[in-house]
Amino acid sequence: MLDALTVAVCVAALALAAWCGFAAYRDQPTKDWHFIGMAVVTLLVLAQLIVGIVQLARGEKAEEGTTIFVAYLLGALCAVPVAGFMSLAERSRWGSATVAAGAVVLAVLEVRLHDIWTVG
Amino acid sequence: MGGTREARETAAGGRTRLVSGPGMLVVWLYGVMSVGAASRSVYEITAKFDQAPLAYSLSAVAALVYVFITYTLVRGGETARRAALVCCAAELAGVLVVGTWTLLEPSAFPDSTVWSEFGYGYVFIPVLLPLTGIWWLRRSRAA
Repeated sequence: MLDALTVAVCVAALALAAWCGFAAYRDQPTKDWHFIGMAVVTLLVLAQLIVGIVQLARGEKAEEGTTIFVAYLLGALCAVPVAGFMSLAERSRWGSATVAAGAVVLAVLEVRLHDIWTVG
Repeated sequence: MGGTREARETAAGGRTRLVSGPGMLVVWLYGVMSVGAASRSVYEITAKFDQAPLAYSLSAVAALVYVFITYTLVRGGETARRAALVCCAAELAGVLVVGTWTLLEPSAFPDSTVWSEFGYGYVFIPVLLPLTGIWWLRRSRAA
């Protein structure tokens, strides 16, 4: 369940990055549809946070330790919303570029999360 | 977009705004590196400082530099711009020195730092970010 969510978030984040990167390329600020996209990605990350905490509560262990695992889950949850608020303050292509960068950061965090959770 | 820039730059109480246009992206990346480096070094120093004291201390220094630059960028103004410029130069020097050091003497570093191998573990962002920062800060010099 957690692995599937991690892959889903990673793919969704990369799609969001490409979408907002394209908006930046076309010299456009973020629009309502972009914010819906950010909300979808954020909901996926929220689901991942809940599933992760439930699995820890059931007694499963993260390979690199609970502290790091929870810290990364929280960091992943913040990445896209914070970038989204910054794009509201910067109504130009650079706001879109910031969201794209935020989504790339999220994708990287997901790869790290996978390493942190999985043995090996 | 170019026409409104000057108007926006001095909007916040006469200070030069450093977080408009490309500056927003720069401050976001510095924010990410601040959070990443700071949380990493807090964890490393509290949980396992004895394993690699040198590496973890250097990561903490990197975190302080990132937090300070993020703060000056958000604050804006000519003094902050100069301070940020100095710190970006120090950051670049730090990345180059620590990067070279980790390559020449790997035995001194049982664990990696944020700036190991020129920031290889962070997709080379640590070595690219100060260059971008210096470019942006020089461009937004008060007219």
